[in-house]
Amino acid sequence: MQGEREAAPFRPYPPGTQPAYDVPGYGSTHKRHPQEPLVQLPHTVTESIGPHFSSAHFPPIPDLSLVDGKPALGERIIVHGRITDEDGRPVSNTIVEIWQANASGRYQHPGDQHDAPIDPNFRGEGRVYTDDQGWYRFTSIKPGAYPWRNHHNAWRPNHIHFSFFGSGFAARLITQMYFPGDPLLALDPIFLSIPDQGARNRLVCALDMTVTEPEWALGYRFDVVLRGREATPMES
Amino acid sequence: MPSATSSQTIGPFWHLIEHPEWADLTRFGAAGSKVTLSGSITDGDGNPVTDAAVELWQSDPPSDESFPGFGRCRTDQRGEFRFTTIKPGPVPGRGNAQQAPHFAIALHARGLLKALMTRAYFEGDPLNETDQLLSAVEDPRRRGTLLARPEGKDRWRLDIRLQRGPHGETETVFLDI
Ligand SMILES: [Fe+2]
Repeated sequence: MQGEREAAPFRPYPPGTQPAYDVPGYGSTHKRHPQEPLVQLPHTVTESIGPHFSSAHFPPIPDLSLVDGKPALGERIIVHGRITDEDGRPVSNTIVEIWQANASGRYQHPGDQHDAPIDPNFRGEGRVYTDDQGWYRFTSIKPGAYPWRNHHNAWRPNHIHFSFFGSGFAARLITQMYFPGDPLLALDPIFLSIPDQGARNRLVCALDMTVTEPEWALGYRFDVVLRGREATPMES
Repeated sequence: MPSATSSQTIGPFWHLIEHPEWADLTRFGAAGSKVTLSGSITDGDGNPVTDAAVELWQSDPPSDESFPGFGRCRTDQRGEFRFTTIKPGPVPGRGNAQQAPHFAIALHARGLLKALMTRAYFEGDPLNETDQLLSAVEDPRRRGTLLARPEGKDRWRLDIRLQRGPHGETETVFLDI
């Protein structure tokens, strides 16, 4: 059953916190961005609610660092964080999809032609669920940087791709997590496409010694905020 | 409180999370009238977009263990996608209005730093005449980009154009939600 809060529309994104569709420094946007103005759609049930993923149908894949028990090459990491909405409420029992390049910066993907080795023991896909308090956690390998053809000598900073659903389709979010201190960030048109510097920097995870496991793996924390809802009469 | 986390592109290598069966929303045994929705995605030059993730979400019938309500499909080398699902019925709109049956569609691809959102309605449905979104799009050619066309019994097609072409080709209506 949908309660009042679940039926409430989501709030608009604050200006500058989301990238535009047309970003001149990112060549692939040139022929793919809309030129007509977007049509405003006040949220209806279609936007206010969203899919529910059950772990029976969509089983968790919490460890990308092993295939058939054999360890992948590279620097083992544990990534965890908390998913909340813009009001600080935990987003519980929600699916988190993860994918990334291996330690050499190579995706196990037919379209990836980068001349770096494939690691048969690296699983490029993960899937976890948040707990009741919005926490998620998975184990992986620190991904390598890789070249792309956006401009001469272009390299993507180390990153992990994430997909979130939250509690309604209008809160759908696909993003990338970056690593602290990466000098490539200052050169990356995808990272720099977010106008607001504070919002941009929240895509950079933090080293977290509380989840770092001695003799085993470095820990990183990446918190995510999904859209909050407009106040409803019942809440005020 | 911090604002919502920023979006970044799904990139060209999202197929690591692709599961082709997700394009069939009836695979868990959902009851109801099966339909297919196929179509293509083209860019501003009219070239097929061959690396997109097309996502379909419907708020009707309500999702449960036998019906996820959500599917994802890649575009192929011709820019084509195809879903199998259950035909949605009308759902409530704003006020006392009914919305015509529709799918929500989210497009993710290299070159899209955030999702492009649109809808697919069913051409010829009588409720289309009073649907609030369709009524808000005055240009009939643009409104037509939101209407899937019948291709045979229970088969529907929606071609999506990301950008107006050099010869005035009509750009799909994308939604600010
Ligand atoms: Fe990537």
